[in-house]
Amino acid sequence: MNRQISYGEAIREATDQLMAENDRVYVMGLGVPDPKSVFGTTRDLSEKYGAKRVFDMPTSENAMTGVGIGSALLGMRPIMVHQRIDFLLLAFDQIVNNAAKWYSMFNGQQSVPMVIRAIVGRGWGQGPQHSQNLQAMFAHVPGLKVVAPALPADAKGMLIAAVHDNDPVLFIEHRWLHSTFGHVPEDMYETPLGKANVVRPGSDVSIVATSFMVIEALRAAEALAHEGIDAEVVDVRSIRPIDVDGIMASVRKTGRLIACDAAWKTMGFAGELIALAAEHAFEELRTPPVRVTLPDWHTAASPIAAGFYYPTAVTIANHVALMLGKSERDPESWALVRKAPADQPDLSFIGPF
Amino acid sequence: MTRSKYADEQAGTAAAPGLLAPPSPADSVSLWLYRTMSRIRAVEERIAEHYPEQEMRCPVHLSVGQEAIAAGVSAALEPNDYVVSTHRSHAHYLAKGGDLRRFIAEIYGRSTGCCGGHGGSMHLIDLSVNMLGSTPIVGNIVPIATGIAFASWLKNEKDVTVVYLGDGATEEGAFLESINFAALKSLPIVYVVENNFFSVYSPLDVRQPAARDVVGIGKNHGMAGARGDGNDAEQVYELAKAAVDHARSGAGPYVLELETYRWREHCGSAYDNDLGYRSVAEYEAWRGRDPIATLERRLLERGTLDSEQAAQISNAYAGEIDDAFAFARSSPFPDEGDFGTVFSTAVPGR
Repeated sequence: MNRQISYGEAIREATDQLMAENDRVYVMGLGVPDPKSVFGTTRDLSEKYGAKRVFDMPTSENAMTGVGIGSALLGMRPIMVHQRIDFLLLAFDQIVNNAAKWYSMFNGQQSVPMVIRAIVGRGWGQGPQHSQNLQAMFAHVPGLKVVAPALPADAKGMLIAAVHDNDPVLFIEHRWLHSTFGHVPEDMYETPLGKANVVRPGSDVSIVATSFMVIEALRAAEALAHEGIDAEVVDVRSIRPIDVDGIMASVRKTGRLIACDAAWKTMGFAGELIALAAEHAFEELRTPPVRVTLPDWHTAASPIAAGFYYPTAVTIANHVALMLGKSERDPESWALVRKAPADQPDLSFIGPF
Repeated sequence: MTRSKYADEQAGTAAAPGLLAPPSPADSVSLWLYRTMSRIRAVEERIAEHYPEQEMRCPVHLSVGQEAIAAGVSAALEPNDYVVSTHRSHAHYLAKGGDLRRFIAEIYGRSTGCCGGHGGSMHLIDLSVNMLGSTPIVGNIVPIATGIAFASWLKNEKDVTVVYLGDGATEEGAFLESINFAALKSLPIVYVVENNFFSVYSPLDVRQPAARDVVGIGKNHGMAGARGDGNDAEQVYELAKAAVDHARSGAGPYVLELETYRWREHCGSAYDNDLGYRSVAEYEAWRGRDPIATLERRLLERGTLDSEQAAQISNAYAGEIDDAFAFARSSPFPDEGDFGTVFSTAVPGR
């Protein structure tokens, strides 16, 4: 069986199986039971499990996060959903001061088994406050698990692992991944948190990427293969805990690191990858590592900005070429021409959000 | 531990024997309130006495002068009811039955403390009595309490959650967001607002318009509520009993605003009237409304206690407090290896 379903459907299926398995699991979030059902990821769950367990919530991100935490202290397993990670900034107090600390500050007497799904974005004019990639900000805080699966099978397995986990987990989904397809087993299974995954083995360079940048990295690796360059692509999957051993095994093997993260460059996750390489793979590094990130300024809404704001497979391929002593190439010359404009994941996406 | 009202007076008996015993469910309400407040006062005065020794190396927020609220509310609760609180939580913890030794050991940063030295005075917890924790970010515990009540509601359980908060916390969005949700779902929770007129040194009148009424804010959300004298333990008990019964009956959340006054400095053991942020006359007026002396006068008038018995109760806790301080000071500090575990479920990576 090679059943292909979308990333968004994989999340819906995982949620459905989790709710059937344990009546302590509930889902809350703005829009969860509405006709759009958070891009289809919560479709029909309210009808199946009832409005008590699958519900829309007041526009009170901070207090409702605390409600989730408080209920988790009494054994519930809340899944909170945000259509944009930007909204989570309203809940920073509850996430950082309570969810992340409850287990250690009360000496392990209680934990907070809560999952917060947050969607990050790109393009379609989402602008400065609707498309931020804030994973590093959250992952900086000890006590939070932060995951960002890139493939549909991992989206399902990691959501199941996250809800089974006794700690707070921030589950980051890239909006452009929801419509990607892949093989997803029907059964309930866990994909372990804290483990990276080599999604394409190679020997010349390690492209270590998060979330949607894994898709860009895979495309780049394919184009590079036409040029005789054998790139390894590592899907980080778990931002924190980060699989230092797994990622560094790849860097030590190839001696070259391209760190790809669809977030700002300075003080970010890509820099963390390079710091880890300096600490754990310095002797094996053959060239200085490189960060492929967003520039350090806010996303502009104009469609024209998408063309130069977002790093793509072409950006990655050119950095690999330079790293291997080849010259930078005209973007058009790579076998990487996109059919869709730079602000659209594919031509089937026509907005509005 | 809900008891019939003033059982001792109704029965026409004097105080039950065992005056030196800790507060017990066998006490009448009024005697229990008196014992509980006396014990809290004695504990906190002892903390104040030793604090300058610099061995309790964490902030302490004493509730001296505010004991009636903790006592009165706790008297209205069942053992399984939940309590959470703020930075000023010593009284709430003790009145709910929190372990004294583990509390003092926590302030001393010892491994035997209620948080093993991870929390300090602002993070008190005793799960054996459903005191689920306290946090010192103003307003931050209010959503947690609402979530605890939400879990009871989801599970169709009848336990009531009480959250203590200050007048400052009612200015936080988290409070308004919480009561909105609690009212929406008719959650079994009582928001006990301890209005002591100051947020650190900032008086109420620079923070809230004069017409602001927190019980009214609750009413505008369809919530029941009441206001009362937070220095009158019997009145607090009566109000809390009505509030808790209301919440337990499924009628929804309740806001109880109780006025009181902090005798000592916001944080620390000293008196701080020399700072000039409040007048000595105001302070003295509130000292004249000492909740323990107020209840003691009544008990003497009613013949529940004579003055010798009252003095006995005031001194009844010295031995227990000696023991708790000795326990704390002789307990080991945590090892370095006791720190650094931030996850409950171990996973690979770091």
